Amino acid sequence: MATPTEFMTYTPEPLVTGGKTLADVNNDISAPLERFPTKKWWICFITAILAFLLGASLAAEMFMKGLGVLGLNQPNGWGVFIVNFVFWVGIGHAGTLISAILFLFRQKWRTAINRSAEAMTIFAVMTALLFPVIHTGRPWYAAFWLLPYPNQRHLWVNFRSPLLWDVFAVGTYFTISLVFWFVGLIPDIASVRDRSKHPVRKFIYTILSMGWRGSNKNWSHYEITYMILAGLSTPLVLSVHSVVSFDFATSLLPGWHTTIFPPYFVAGAIFSGFAMVVTLLVIAREMFNLKNYITLGHLEKMNKIIMATGLMVGYAYSCEFFIAWYSGSPFERFAFINRAFGPYWWAYWIMASCNVIIPQVFWFKKARTSIPIMFVVSLFVNIGMWFERFVIVVTSLHRDYLPSSWKYYVPTFYDWGITIGSFGWFFIWFLLFCRVLPVIAMAEVKSVMNDHSHGVDTHGGNSSKEAHAHE
Amino acid sequence: MSNHVETKQLAGVLGYFDHDHALIKAMTQVKESKKFKHYDAFTPYPVHGLDAAQGLDRSPLPFVTFAAGMTGCTLGFLLQYWTSVVDWPLIVGGKPFNSWPAFVPVMFECTILFAGLATVGAMFLINGLPNHKKKIFDPKLTQDRFAILIEAPSHKEDESFNESKAAEFLKSIGAKDVKSVYAEGWF
Repeated sequence: MATPTEFMTYTPEPLVTGGKTLADVNNDISAPLERFPTKKWWICFITAILAFLLGASLAAEMFMKGLGVLGLNQPNGWGVFIVNFVFWVGIGHAGTLISAILFLFRQKWRTAINRSAEAMTIFAVMTALLFPVIHTGRPWYAAFWLLPYPNQRHLWVNFRSPLLWDVFAVGTYFTISLVFWFVGLIPDIASVRDRSKHPVRKFIYTILSMGWRGSNKNWSHYEITYMILAGLSTPLVLSVHSVVSFDFATSLLPGWHTTIFPPYFVAGAIFSGFAMVVTLLVIAREMFNLKNYITLGHLEKMNKIIMATGLMVGYAYSCEFFIAWYSGSPFERFAFINRAFGPYWWAYWIMASCNVIIPQVFWFKKARTSIPIMFVVSLFVNIGMWFERFVIVVTSLHRDYLPSSWKYYVPTFYDWGITIGSFGWFFIWFLLFCRVLPVIAMAEVKSVMNDHSHGVDTHGGNSSKEAHAHE
Repeated sequence: MSNHVETKQLAGVLGYFDHDHALIKAMTQVKESKKFKHYDAFTPYPVHGLDAAQGLDRSPLPFVTFAAGMTGCTLGFLLQYWTSVVDWPLIVGGKPFNSWPAFVPVMFECTILFAGLATVGAMFLINGLPNHKKKIFDPKLTQDRFAILIEAPSHKEDESFNESKAAEFLKSIGAKDVKSVYAEGWF
């Protein structure tokens, strides 16, 4: 029964439901790794492989025939590939936000979702990296153009170009995210290792776990490392999409040349990434029976972040318009009026409705806690954020200063096929990840479950205070 | 004791506890008794408060991070300065050769890259990872059991350690189950 004090103190919802014990965590989360893949998994996996093969064969043909097979024209030198690059890098940002920034803010609910979100980050960045490389049309020269290494031409890359900053930013981001993810995985791989019965399986997980034993002397250094990596990843993730936005913002093109781009891109990246996390987790918790770990409470919190970042993105859209008017520059004004009411008006309004209007349903708790609604909204946000990048890239380019340089850009079958291929590539990795590594950070979940198992009341009110006293 | 056991080197005595709170309490007693030089705990997740109970110093890793970060930042600048000013000076966009503001993003990324990799590398080094010599004593220790290990000294001459005394002590501080464990490699 509720006592008066209970009304006054904030009682957090339990992070793990269903009265699970520590051993249950291992049993439930390792279960999908220890049985043969289900039919559903095979269907998804084969679809992903087919999609990837479509993209790969179209890309191979593009390398043979040249970039002319794409929809690119004069003045549209950038198209769907750059849109995809920005889209996929953006998707990755949610993983780092969850693993690093929420960690620094001591948001314990992140433990249920950080592993899969980090995996998503890594695979999304791997997907993003494909695009600048194949966009060169001669990927075998990519190293020469992108990396500063001594070569026969005695020339160096141009360090004043934001495209090169991108190489360093995205490269560092991928490396640090991978290391961060792996460090987080070590104790969990050790758990999986210690449950394995088959010798080959045990051998592989022993190697991957690096022989981790859970010694407290090790935990002590491990925890500091984890915290430092979180501290390093936080400014890193902010820098990555800022640098991506510099690709546009440091140019002189109306529509790109705006100082709001770095924060606007970062907010958009987090927005789209969270939508992707919700899309993936709604499916994963269903398929792997993890509803007690990834609870409605977790999903609701993510939906709140989606709504908050959606509002920031909406603010950025209106601010851009205001500044275009306020600048007094006729070219700026033209670029923005053309954006919303020109030939690409449909792309602009898809973007605005998917990103700004549709997420407003999350003001209602019913919508935030309804699986079908959040799934649909998350898909709309994904679509909307893809179109945001399309709008930025294409509407700014397609009408240059001279009307003789105006041309409508239409992506071809090659553009779309390679885009579909990138989704295949992403899902191949994600599906493999779900099969071979624990999708939830077991050690971390155990440490937050513990808050609720010793306290005076079992729902966490007093015990979480106790846990804070220990920290 | 069986033959099987006698061929192996004694690693120490392991005492199990049910909860992390019990473990912290017991660890405090192990430290305060001052009877043992080498001891450690094994837990499935990092237990907050255990470091203090065990008397562990704060990890020196942040210094590694700082030093590596500074190195990365400097190297990032030197790479750009040397390529743009010394090796092949080239005017780009009318900017000076040493257009340092344009070098900041790469310097920043190098700082993070060096700091992150060095921190993890140093953590592996300090923790002795990858570890192939010391096998885990009990597979349940990565699942749901908590244990204190009172380590046997590696040199026989050290008289301060006594196997049965250590076992008795662990029982006296509330260990649910006590057993001797032996050093064993993974493979």
